[in-house]
Amino acid sequence: MQDIIQALEEKRAAARLGGGERRIKAQHAKGKLTARERIDVLLDPGSFEEFDMFVEHRNNDFGMADQKVPGDGVVTGYGTINGRTVFLFSQDFTVFGGSLSETHAEKICKIMEQALKVGAPVIGLNDSGGARIQEGVASLGGYADVFQRTIMASGAVPQLSVIMGPCAGGAVYAPAMTDFIFMVKDSSYMFVTGPDVVKTVTHEVVTHEELGGAITHTTKSSVADLALENDIEALEQTRRLFDFLPLSNREAPPVRPTEDPADRIDPSLDTLVPTDPTKPYDIKELIEKVVDEGDFFEIQPEFAKNIIIGFGRMDGHPVGIVANQPMVLAGCLDINSSRKAARFVRFCDCFNIPIITFVDVPGFLPGTDQEYGGIIKHGSKLLFAYGEATVPKVTVITRKAYGGAYDVMASKHLRGDMNYAWPSAEIAVMGAKGAVEIIFRDEIGDAEKIEARTEEYRSRFANPFIAGHRGFIDDVIMPQNTRRRLCKALEMLRTKKLENPWKKHDNIPL
Amino acid sequence: MTNSTDISTFAEVIDLWPSAEAMADDIGVQPGLPPVWKHRRAIPSKHWMAIAEAAKAREIHDVTVETLAALAAKSSSSPKLAAPKPATPANQTNEVEMPMQSSPPFKKILIANRGEIACRIIRTAKRLGIKTVAVFSDADVQARHVDMADEAINIGPAAAAESYLVIDKIISAVGESGAEAVHPGYGFLSENAGFVAAVEKAGITFIGPDTNAIGAMGDKIESKRLAAKAGVNTIPGSDDAIADVEAAVTFAREIGYPVMIKASAGGGGKGLRAAGSDDEVREGFERAVSEARSSFGDDRVFVEKFVEKSRHIEIQVIADSFGNTIHLGERECSVQRRHQKVVEEAPSPFLDAALRAEMGAQAVALAKAVGYRSAGTVEFIVAADRSFYFLEMNTRLQVEHPVTEYVTGLDLVELMIRIAAGGKLPITQDQVKMEGWAVETRVYAEDPVRGFLPSTGRLVRYRPPEASETIRIDTGIGEGDEVSLFYDPMIAKLISFGATRDEAIDRQADALDRFHIRGPAHNIGFLGAIMANAKFRSGDISTDFIAEEWPDGFTGTDAGPITQARFSAVAALVHLQLKTREMALGQTSGAAPANPIGPGSSFWVAQIGQEKIDLEISRVEGGIDVVANDQTFAVRGDWTPVHHLFDGSINGHGAALQVDRVNGAYEISAGGISLKISIREPHVADFARHMPVKLPPDTSKLLMSPMPGMIVAIKVTEGEEVEAGQPLVIVDAMKMENVLNAERSGKIAKVMVAAGDSVAVDQILIEFE
Repeated sequence: MQDIIQALEEKRAAARLGGGERRIKAQHAKGKLTARERIDVLLDPGSFEEFDMFVEHRNNDFGMADQKVPGDGVVTGYGTINGRTVFLFSQDFTVFGGSLSETHAEKICKIMEQALKVGAPVIGLNDSGGARIQEGVASLGGYADVFQRTIMASGAVPQLSVIMGPCAGGAVYAPAMTDFIFMVKDSSYMFVTGPDVVKTVTHEVVTHEELGGAITHTTKSSVADLALENDIEALEQTRRLFDFLPLSNREAPPVRPTEDPADRIDPSLDTLVPTDPTKPYDIKELIEKVVDEGDFFEIQPEFAKNIIIGFGRMDGHPVGIVANQPMVLAGCLDINSSRKAARFVRFCDCFNIPIITFVDVPGFLPGTDQEYGGIIKHGSKLLFAYGEATVPKVTVITRKAYGGAYDVMASKHLRGDMNYAWPSAEIAVMGAKGAVEIIFRDEIGDAEKIEARTEEYRSRFANPFIAGHRGFIDDVIMPQNTRRRLCKALEMLRTKKLENPWKKHDNIPL
Repeated sequence: MTNSTDISTFAEVIDLWPSAEAMADDIGVQPGLPPVWKHRRAIPSKHWMAIAEAAKAREIHDVTVETLAALAAKSSSSPKLAAPKPATPANQTNEVEMPMQSSPPFKKILIANRGEIACRIIRTAKRLGIKTVAVFSDADVQARHVDMADEAINIGPAAAAESYLVIDKIISAVGESGAEAVHPGYGFLSENAGFVAAVEKAGITFIGPDTNAIGAMGDKIESKRLAAKAGVNTIPGSDDAIADVEAAVTFAREIGYPVMIKASAGGGGKGLRAAGSDDEVREGFERAVSEARSSFGDDRVFVEKFVEKSRHIEIQVIADSFGNTIHLGERECSVQRRHQKVVEEAPSPFLDAALRAEMGAQAVALAKAVGYRSAGTVEFIVAADRSFYFLEMNTRLQVEHPVTEYVTGLDLVELMIRIAAGGKLPITQDQVKMEGWAVETRVYAEDPVRGFLPSTGRLVRYRPPEASETIRIDTGIGEGDEVSLFYDPMIAKLISFGATRDEAIDRQADALDRFHIRGPAHNIGFLGAIMANAKFRSGDISTDFIAEEWPDGFTGTDAGPITQARFSAVAALVHLQLKTREMALGQTSGAAPANPIGPGSSFWVAQIGQEKIDLEISRVEGGIDVVANDQTFAVRGDWTPVHHLFDGSINGHGAALQVDRVNGAYEISAGGISLKISIREPHVADFARHMPVKLPPDTSKLLMSPMPGMIVAIKVTEGEEVEAGQPLVIVDAMKMENVLNAERSGKIAKVMVAAGDSVAVDQILIEFE
């Protein structure tokens, strides 16, 4: 018995040490924390319960038989973030470069299955050189097992990934299918094929950072949602995001009490929309003045900036916010902004998070780039996402709501629950000038007449009343009252129940 | 209508408008003209939004004056109220007994100005029972002075040259409104003799001096000659405009360096250049001429001796039309940055009664010599040896007049109005009493860390400190308003009063700490740093004060260990509040309230950049006690996540610190110091030592535009070798030409812009090899 206890202690000590002092030093020298240190930052102190500390790989090829480290390169278990349960795995780069073996994969699968059973989110801290090549196909199988579980958990429990080191090859697909990906600047990268292969095949010379660094993936590819300065910041922000999310699709998101009055008015919003209709303004000011305490967690802030997405709280209750940004491309919808918002809307719908949409959209971006790139399919993703969503949907049109883009942006017709307009709203098929040039084609030569017609069209449609007559707009609200009215609407909608017809799953235009 | 923001129903608006005619009048349309809706931009937004809601409810989409009337009839059966204008905020100046008239001196006056000074004049006019007329450009449709005035008249496009500076437009606005008198404020047309002549010709009273005085004092050369004649000390210099560069150099040598090159028509620091050598005269002369031409349309320039280490002290004079001329003591405005006043105070810490009397007497003599009427200011430079020289006379109300109002208890605007209406000065020189001390700071939209470049944009957040007996805020702007690039970027004047200079400065510092502005860059931190500066506090100042104390510009004050600990203690309180609430997220109901620091004391670490401070925290009644850097800080006060300000006390002393939450860290600011502090558990703080220190990207090979503006000229070509200090690009911003010089020698690799281009801040202009 004593022997066993002593052996246990030794094994625990060995497991805690991972790849050993030398490799831990090397990890620190790279500005990275170890797998266990990361867990210490992420979880509430003392809350971590570890699984499978003694698991070792079963491979005897290529001299691996005498290289066994308890835990096999990944730390798994559960704990709490602000008292709420979360499952996690944290890959240990100091052990075989964090490479994924069959047993390493089994450990990850085990916690994912458990998370699904109890209904708790999964956070993956990725820092892995890739497949354990010595194991060959067994390792590949391991990846696929993780993929399958990620897919099964998708939409059932929130899944977050933090990329804190390499993540290359097939390994990228596990985080790729999770709900949100954070990356650490300068020390993490993700790509399917690395710079060497790229050079061989396409003769392009590119660095790891350029090919798949945090900046690349948060500005160009949109694979990742946020780029953070370092490990600690990435983990602290993961905690912050976690606090907005319910534990599973069976629960409501957590309520955080606030002293910010639900009926707070903000008179400065009355001057937010400039008197000049072509002048842009920052829609983020509206978001920050409407949500509790100005606390807005923006997702993908550096990608497709013509649409803003992120989480906030209204009277303590988390909400997802989608807003056209007039500062960028006049806030129009294009391929990237449609994709960005569509995925976000679907996430919110999965996890019972009401959606607030602020609309100032002049239409879809025209051009061959857009058409060849498939704006039809991509634009319809956002349309589809809004249309299928059954969570409370509250919409405010601040200025332009033109054409098809009006329909797309959580309009009444897509089962918007409460659709408001500011007095500055203009809901029309298109801008007055374009409309007149079509309707009064014959008069185009006569500048004076056209101007008069344009003015006529503008005074008829450049206001929220026509849409109001038809009930497309439930009310015209003063900008300063936006928070008050939204909080009221969301409170009313708290008991909303809506179900889509039974189907195996829908067929969103991917 | 006590709170203009409360209007949310149409009925309330209708209640406030006595009739459809008045409504139309307020909106600025005539019955029968096109729908009101199209004029909505002329309607205060809070009003038209209410109209819009009401119209919508009644399914009316072409709101005309007629339908408005119909709406009014339908909505309101209650008796109509009169004068639908916001209540005037309490005027903080002490009201002086003015036994001259009991009835208002005028029925209606027009204020030919905008911004804070227009608002300030309207306040006094209202108190005197005078109706007010505002004028506004297209950029000022929603401006505060327009809202405050009883009437408002649009005078054209945003550019001042097409609106506020157009004499005809002002005169016709006066005619249209039926105003009896015009107050010009400061700047714009306030010292334009042609304007005064036009006003008088139209049979309207000008609230200010007559054309003679303005003409005589408006010309620097002429005024100097007159001053000398009146027995006022003047400074050695050219009596006439200097013809050309070489004449300037010759003359400069004659009177000896250093010299000052001045635009004859100049003012407010524009068209002023100091020169210490022949070369500097040559460079400065050209620029002064060009600035004088573009700013004042008068390119005459003269040269005079430059008194080093001097103070700027000015005497407020006031005179009526009956030959009574008195002075109201001095203001010291030595704290200047490039000849722009930053801090003003009354009295001056440098003057004694004798010197005050001597300077006052000379100022009065000059005023009398030109037959001065109304309020005016005689500016002097005062040398370290107490010799003083006449600088110029400003024939208008000064920006910094509130400090005089605080210490004398007089309302200068009231005096000006009463005098213009033919009233006699109510006091004699003997009755002028200066009591206490007043300090004014000018809060500007400018970026101290970028060489004080003007900033513009929307005031996303604007929360001034609370006004009181001892704090006065003069502003023409509010939250959600725009700091326009068309006008002076001053946001507010903050004036504090105390029994002593120290008390006034302490109150000023506290008020600055509470002043919350977000949106454009601003100089609150810099002003706070001045208030905390030991030399300033000792009164040891000169016009070189800022240049000497912050020779490389202001980049924020470095915090010593005590300040770091003090700020960290506040950050800990903030963190504790947030943490407590976060921990409650996972709590099942009925559980004991979460407490992140346990029952005894707990240890956290504050991280400021690479510095770490261990904190021992214990919860006590009303706050926390924090031991940091071997000192205990008893932090008491109220901070909740809705507040931008920690308002409480530290070790029993009142403290106000601004708190911003940035990505999990806290930015704590007060007294010109701003620290980004992370509060962490000890083990996390320990891990932080492994985090890489990241350097900002290398911009040394780039010339970036420090401000938004327009490229006036590019002085170099690609491939050219340049010396350090050589001018590279001239950018025009806020009507000032800013020369961007080479910071070091090198070769120009690429010029990215051309003359006439508009550039954004940080836009790359030139790349070096």
